[in-house]
Amino acid sequence: MTVQDDTATGLDALPGDLMMWLLIVSELLVFGAGLAAFMGVRLTDVAGFAEAQSHLHRAAAGINTVVLVTSGWLAALAVQAAEAGRAARTRLFLAGAALLGVVFLWIKAIEYADKAAQGISFETHSFFTFYYLLTGFHAVHVVAGIVILGLVALAPTPRNTEVGTAFWHMVDLVWVILFPILYLLG
Amino acid sequence: MKYQTQKIAYAYFVVAMALFAVQVTMGLILGWIYVDGNFLSEILPFNIGRMLHTNSLIVWLLLGFFGAAYYLVPEESEREIHSPTLAYLQLAIFVLGTAGVVLTYFFNLFEGNFLLGKEGREFLEQPKWVKAGIVVAALIFLFNISMTVLKGKKTAITNILLLGLWGLALLFLFAFVNPDNLGLDKMYWWYVVHLWVEGTWELVMASILAFLMLKLTGVDREVVEKWLYVIAALALFSGILGTGHHYYWIGTPGYWQWIGSIFSSLEVIPFFAMMAFAFVMVWKGRRDHPNKAALLWALGCATLAFFGAGVWGFLHTLHGVNYYTHGTQITAAHGHLAFFGAYVSLNLAIISYAMPVLKGRDPYNQVLNMASFWLMSGGMTFMTFTLTFAGTVQTHLQRVNGEMYMDVQDQLWIFYVMRFGSGLAVVLGAVLFIYAVLAPRREVIEPGAAARTPAE
Repeated sequence: MTVQDDTATGLDALPGDLMMWLLIVSELLVFGAGLAAFMGVRLTDVAGFAEAQSHLHRAAAGINTVVLVTSGWLAALAVQAAEAGRAARTRLFLAGAALLGVVFLWIKAIEYADKAAQGISFETHSFFTFYYLLTGFHAVHVVAGIVILGLVALAPTPRNTEVGTAFWHMVDLVWVILFPILYLLG
Repeated sequence: MKYQTQKIAYAYFVVAMALFAVQVTMGLILGWIYVDGNFLSEILPFNIGRMLHTNSLIVWLLLGFFGAAYYLVPEESEREIHSPTLAYLQLAIFVLGTAGVVLTYFFNLFEGNFLLGKEGREFLEQPKWVKAGIVVAALIFLFNISMTVLKGKKTAITNILLLGLWGLALLFLFAFVNPDNLGLDKMYWWYVVHLWVEGTWELVMASILAFLMLKLTGVDREVVEKWLYVIAALALFSGILGTGHHYYWIGTPGYWQWIGSIFSSLEVIPFFAMMAFAFVMVWKGRRDHPNKAALLWALGCATLAFFGAGVWGFLHTLHGVNYYTHGTQITAAHGHLAFFGAYVSLNLAIISYAMPVLKGRDPYNQVLNMASFWLMSGGMTFMTFTLTFAGTVQTHLQRVNGEMYMDVQDQLWIFYVMRFGSGLAVVLGAVLFIYAVLAPRREVIEPGAAARTPAE
C-alpha cells in the first residue's frame, strides 16, 4: 500500500496531510524569526553574548543533538515499517523515538536546573531571554511530539505515521538549527 | 429564500444598520470635535461620544454576525432554525441592552453603582446588568444555532462559524474579571478585545467569506473548505500568542516583547490568505452571479482587511516601533481601516447578498449599493492616510522631540480637517448604502454587448 499518489501535482503531491505542512511551515517561520531576532540583537552586544554563552553546557547540548537525530532515524524506520504493514514493528520504533524524546527532555531539564542554580533567569541578559524562549518553546514542541507519536501508535496506519513523524522531524530540524546558533556561534 | 426562518436575519440586519447609522453619525461629531475642541463639550463630552462610537460599532457588528448566522446556517445545515421565538427574544435583549447603554452613558446614570453604573474599561464600559444580558443573549444564540447544526448537515463553514461564535461568547466572560491591579486588569481585558478581533472574529469572517464565495462564484465546496481550514489554522496559530503585542509595557515580563512581535507579525498571513482566497475563487469561478454589489463588498472586505488589519497592524506591532507609536494617531489609522475592512465590509457584504433574497427582489445587482462601496471605501482609505501622516508627525514631535501633547495636537489640525472631510464621505456612503438595500424595488443593469460575448 502506498501512501502517496505519484501522479499528484502541487499541494496534493505533499506526503501526509496539508494541515501538518501548514503547521510545520508556520513553526519554521516562528523559530526562524526568533533566531533572526537573536542574531540581530547579538550584533548590538557581541562580547556580552559571548560571555553569556560561556555559561551554557555545550557537551550536554551536543549529546542531546545525537539523541534527537537518532530519535528522528527511529521515526523514519517507523514510517518504513508502517508502509510494510507491520503494525507491531511500527509501534516499537515509535516508542523508541518517543523514549529518546524523553531522554532529550531529561538532559534539557538538567541544563535548566544548572542555570537556575547559577541564578540565571530570563532577565539576566538578553542572550538568556532568547535562550529560554527558543529552547523552552522547542522543549514544549518535544512534549507535543511525544504525545503525537503516542497517538500515532494507537492507530499506526501509513498515513498517520507519516503525518506524526513529519512533526517529529520538524522538532528535530529546529534543534539542529538552534544548537549551533545558540551554543556554538562564537 | 429556501427556508422560512432565514427571515430572522432581516430583523437583525435592520437593527444592525440602524446602529451603523448611529455609529458613523457619532464618528462625524467626534471628527468635528478634533477640529473644534469645544464643540458640544457641555452636552456630549468627547469620552462619552467615543464610547457610543465604539460600543455601537461592536454591537452592530455582532448583530450582523448573528444575522449572518441565522441566514446561512439554515442553508448550510439544510433545515429551519431550531427556534425563531428564541432568536427574536435574543434580538430584543440586545435592543434593550443597547438602549440601556446609550441612556446610561449619555446621562451618566447610576454613577458608581455596582450593577447599574457604567464600568470604566475601554470598550467594556457596559453596566454589569447589560453584560449579563449579553451573556444570556449569547447563550440563547449558541443554543439555537448549535441545535440547528447538530440536527442538520455539518459543513466546514458551519463548523468554523460555530467555533468562532462559541469562542467569542466564552471569551466575553473575561469581561467580568476585573482585578484591582491595573496590569492584570489589562491582561484580562485583552482576552476579550484582542482574542475577539484577532482570533474568534477572524474565524467568523473566514466562514462568512467562504459562504459568500461558494454562492457567488460557484467554486466547488471542496476547494472552498480546504482554504477555510487553512485560514482558520493560520488565524489561530498567529492570533492567540499574538496577544503578546499588547503586553509590551503593562507590567508583564520582557519576553512578551519577542513573543508578541514574532507571532503578531505572522498575523498578516491569514489576512493575506483571505485576500488570496477571495480573488482566486473569483478567477476560478464559472458562475456569473447577478449580485455584483455583494461580490464587490466581499472582495473589498478581503483587500481592505489585508491592508487595514494586516499591513497597518504590522506597521506598529514590533515592540521597537510600538515603543514610540503607542496610542498615537497611527493606532487610530489602523483601528479605522482594520474594523472597516475586516468587519464592517464583511457585514455589508453579507447584507448586500442576503437582503435582495430576503425581500424577494432577485435578480438584483444594486448599482447604488456599489456607489456606496466606493464612497465609503474611498473615504475610509483617505482617512487612514491622513491619520497615518498625522500619527507619523505626532510620533516625531511628541515622542522623539518631547513636545507637549496639546502643542502637538495644534500642529495636527490640518490633518483633522482632512479627516473630517473623509468622514463626511463615509457617512454619506453609509446613508446611501442603507437607502440602497432598503428602498429601491428593482434595479438591474443589463449587461453590455462586450459582456455578452464569450471571452474564449
